[in-house]
Amino acid sequence: MIQFSQNAIKRVESLKKQYPTKDACLLPVLHMAQKEFGYISPEVMEYVAGLIGISPARVYGVATFYTMYNKKTVGKYHVQVCTNISCHLEGSAKILDTLKSVLGIEEDQTTPDKMFTLSSVECLGACGFGPVVQINDDYYEQCTEQKIKDIVSDLRKK
Amino acid sequence: MAVRRIDLMLCTGTGCVAGGAFRIKDTIENEITKYGLQNEVSVVITGCNGSCGQGPLMVVQPDGIFYGWLKPEDIPFLVQEHFLKGRPVKRLMFVPLERKEPVPLMSNIPFFQKQMLIVLRNKGIIDPEKIDEYIARDGYTAIEKVLPLMKPDEVIEEIMRSGLRGRGGAGFPTGRKWKVCSDERKFPKYIIGNCDEGDPGAYMDRSLFESDPHSVIEGMTIAAYAIGASRGYIYVRTEYPLAIRRMQIALSQARDYGLLGKKILGSDFDFDVEIREGSGAFVCGEETSLIHSIEGKSPEPRQRPPFPAQIGIWGCPTVINNVETLATVPVIINRGADWFSKIGTATSKGTKIFSLVGKINNTGLIEVPMGIALREIIYEIGGGIPKNKKFKAVQTGGPSGGCIPNNLIGLPIDYESLTKSGSMMGSGGMIVMDEDTCMVDVAKFFIQFTNDESCGKCTACRDGSEALLEVLTRISEGEGKEGDVEFLEELGLAIKDASMCGLGTTLPNPILSTVRYFKDEYEAHIREKQCPARVCKKLIKYYVDPDRCVGCLLCVKTCPVSAIKGELKYIHIIDQSLCTKCGQCLEICPPRIAAVTKLTGKEARELQSLPGPIPVAEWKKTKSASKGDFRFTPYREETDREHRGDNEVP
Ligand SMILES: Cc1cc2nc3c(=O)[nH]c(=O)nc-3n(C[C@H](O)[C@H](O)[C@H](O)COP(=O)(O)O)c2cc1C
Ligand code: FES
Repeated sequence: MIQFSQNAIKRVESLKKQYPTKDACLLPVLHMAQKEFGYISPEVMEYVAGLIGISPARVYGVATFYTMYNKKTVGKYHVQVCTNISCHLEGSAKILDTLKSVLGIEEDQTTPDKMFTLSSVECLGACGFGPVVQINDDYYEQCTEQKIKDIVSDLRKK
Repeated sequence: MAVRRIDLMLCTGTGCVAGGAFRIKDTIENEITKYGLQNEVSVVITGCNGSCGQGPLMVVQPDGIFYGWLKPEDIPFLVQEHFLKGRPVKRLMFVPLERKEPVPLMSNIPFFQKQMLIVLRNKGIIDPEKIDEYIARDGYTAIEKVLPLMKPDEVIEEIMRSGLRGRGGAGFPTGRKWKVCSDERKFPKYIIGNCDEGDPGAYMDRSLFESDPHSVIEGMTIAAYAIGASRGYIYVRTEYPLAIRRMQIALSQARDYGLLGKKILGSDFDFDVEIREGSGAFVCGEETSLIHSIEGKSPEPRQRPPFPAQIGIWGCPTVINNVETLATVPVIINRGADWFSKIGTATSKGTKIFSLVGKINNTGLIEVPMGIALREIIYEIGGGIPKNKKFKAVQTGGPSGGCIPNNLIGLPIDYESLTKSGSMMGSGGMIVMDEDTCMVDVAKFFIQFTNDESCGKCTACRDGSEALLEVLTRISEGEGKEGDVEFLEELGLAIKDASMCGLGTTLPNPILSTVRYFKDEYEAHIREKQCPARVCKKLIKYYVDPDRCVGCLLCVKTCPVSAIKGELKYIHIIDQSLCTKCGQCLEICPPRIAAVTKLTGKEARELQSLPGPIPVAEWKKTKSASKGDFRFTPYREETDREHRGDNEVP
């Protein structure tokens, strides 16, 4: 059974009072759940639904609409490669290919040691310096194949 | 006591942080302390300076000297020379491409000269995490003027007279939107600042949050007062962690100063703002979808009217404005509608922020008066196209916009001209493309994006984009048929007619505009199976020109799939059946040699590779006899312009 910490439950309660409808706190609560549990599993969805007092189907509908809610486990480092237009023009496809071969996984997969998850994402808003890769909260810009290999090996050492 | 004599305005926008700005900051502070200068020199961290292409960067005040591309190892020398001995360091100053001498003063750098900073007036000048610095630059004086002296209607009137139009895309007159909402008699009312910024290529809203969050809060408070709202939401993408953090700090400081909350500045006006994070769905930027997202519903758009200004969040009247629109409001109040409406063109007033990205020398954020010619942006501010390539087109308006080709370089940039040219203002991304960009590929790219992001509610948008994508993919893979272009146009127009929200009604624009200006490129793909820009993978072949290959093994070792055969001093041969067209061989081949080329169309189809390994020396001897079979126009990568002339195969 999963459960929020006491503090988190308090925060949910106050969020519920903040808006005219219960549904409105769903997104913030899902964000909290993702931080706390790592990803939004069907179990998490059900738990959140119970906590807010809405149907699990509704939570499912919303959680699956947004790409930033992870529906699968995510490794310690979530490597997100921008493949949108500016980065595409600067060669993001090569960066993605390099990452696939260095990490030995395909897109939306996680390495067996649970260190890395690889995804491609839409524009990260740093388009002047493509290709851009976001790893957790850090941006890496103007990535080259060598640079991205170095970044991965640095993270492996950590 | 020592008097502080130097402020170092160190940019800490996302771009510079990624480049290591905080490491620079630490190094500077260490060095300053080492020389006991800590009371005289201080490091001020600022938001995005805009000249992101030169980052990490800083501006030394009060002199205004601009240092770019800073590295931690440069800092000890810089501190010693400039701040201890008073000798500015030329080597670290910015050298514009066409000049030899560095330009010391920021105000003389062409990138900054043509700009007009109204919304970004504080960028790089204040520390965005300190409300006092915003206040010191006339911050919150507009709200001070509005609350006691102006009635809500007078505020609306002033904004109407200023001619301010929405910066979020469509350019709806802001004053008119406020009026509609203020005429509604239902309460409570809401104001929403839209910082979802999903348009690829655009990041001005993020930068605004990172460099001057209080200007958005002040604008929002004024808007709330004008329409009678007591609560505001800022809807921002989760992908922008730094922007969110700075906005949170700004909101709590504003609360501490009594600029948000109950009885603001002693008036009867209560107002507070909350941040809501989006979660990676482009369609959420659309206003009705955004409302559903805040309500916690599935964020699909709905039919308008009724407009959100009439029936918005929780059924209450709601004004949604882009955050750049809101940040413009305090300046209009302070300096007056008359002043503002003198800037720009007859129908597009004021300034607009653009992000200049893609194949352009000076990438970064710029703020320019409406009506400025595209030429000035590309060549004077942007410094032209890298590696002396030809300017081909610029995409404005992201996936809802279109491209403007090089023969319209004189086009004035305002709402009407952009729409007339088949593009639109959008949120302000300008993606510059050079001769190596394939327009079919670009169109395919945007359709893929909108196809992914379509929420699936209307058939025209969901299935229509799928069908467009299918045809574009076919064309880019050399399977295009006669009539495909006409089909794209016809279907595009149908989708425009039959979709409900702006996503669908604008998604065909990238196709329609590339077909309009670059039809020959589509035809080359369809008829000649040729990609003139040599981008579409299925239509190109990599080829080692035996006349140039020296047998150095570089490409052989680099190829990730071992598709290149060869031994030292033997001509290398690419096995076309194994090649994945990753292009690494072309990149690694030294510019001096430039033996690897890309072929397309007839050349590619009729390519005959060498039958087997031949020593380079032997090839040189026999080459006159067999050369006829290998006559191509080799395409060489950019690095090698100068070398191109001498050895070109006729
Ligand atoms: C698919 C789609 C995406 C949009 N994305 C944004 C966005 O990211 N930011 C924004 O300010 N407006 C966006 N808009 C426009 C909004 O619907 C709305 O018109 C705008 O926020 C109004 O603000 P303004 O009047 O200040 O321009 C989008 C519209 C559509 C159809
Ligand atoms: S296109 Fe990659 S960050 Fe914008």
